[in-house]
Amino acid sequence: MRSLIYLLPVLLFGAVIAAFAIGLGRDPAILPSTLLDKPLPTFDLPAVRDGDVGLKSSDIRGQPRLLNVFASWCVSCRFEHPVLLALKARGVPIDGLDWKDQAAAGARYLIDNGDPYARVGNDQPGRTGIDLGVAGVPETFVVDALGRVRYKQVGPITPDDWTRTIAPLMDRLRAGT
Amino acid sequence: MKRLAAMICALALAAGHAGAVLPDEQLRDPKLEARARTIGSELRCVVCQNQTIDDSDADLAHDLRVLVRQRLVAGDSDRQVIDFIVKRYGNFVLMKPPLNEETWLLWLGPVLLLAVGGVSVAIYWRGRTRSLPSLSDSERAALDQVGRGDAA
Repeated sequence: MRSLIYLLPVLLFGAVIAAFAIGLGRDPAILPSTLLDKPLPTFDLPAVRDGDVGLKSSDIRGQPRLLNVFASWCVSCRFEHPVLLALKARGVPIDGLDWKDQAAAGARYLIDNGDPYARVGNDQPGRTGIDLGVAGVPETFVVDALGRVRYKQVGPITPDDWTRTIAPLMDRLRAGT
Repeated sequence: MKRLAAMICALALAAGHAGAVLPDEQLRDPKLEARARTIGSELRCVVCQNQTIDDSDADLAHDLRVLVRQRLVAGDSDRQVIDFIVKRYGNFVLMKPPLNEETWLLWLGPVLLLAVGGVSVAIYWRGRTRSLPSLSDSERAALDQVGRGDAA
């Protein structure tokens, strides 16, 4: 019994080290979304592409979809772009939100790098981004058939993120759970 | 010369802490601007997370400062403005986190540690007094003798 008491500081120290090890391994830039399981905020954004219709929050429903926040000035978006194009080729519906960017620059970016989006809206003032709790680009929301946010990816989607996290989630959402 | 130095000091003090708040962001009404500064110093910039939105040069911090001022002009209370931002970015943006089920360990941790320390010390002292070896028969006899000697 007495030796247990002497062991207590060692155990506490171990617990603190374990807490630090877990905490330091986490990326503090990744904030949990306050929108989880809540409907997307309402927005109605002008078009990016010439002669296009833009993007409304009410467009993002009916089936599980991705809403990808990007910008032509964003470097890691270029890294993510091939992944989005591959997903589009596989029939994954993706809508784009061109954040804090000139529509013309966004359109140019899509012409130069390929266009993975079903619909694209331009949010040059960045206000819709703030409504979505966007802290940087790229960020991607998984939205279910009822237009509710079910997941937020901060940073580019890697093929690994897709196969491990997002694809299984979208499968579940399609199955209607 | 001294007077000039004093005047410069006085002006510098009067200017207060503006951080990264740009002149074109500021409100005409000094009262509203003062409230905006108070709010701005309580909100964390989500891009450079160790700075407040008033201190940060990040583009998003600028947008949030403008947003705070727009809400104030629209007639929101300080509380409503802060809630507006928290609703979008979460409690993380508060420089001073509220006490809730996620943060109780942060707030009560020091008290808990103090309690654990106090209990440990108490157990240690009790253990020390208890663990004194009991008197042997000869010691007890000697002690009795000393006691008698005192009484006599």
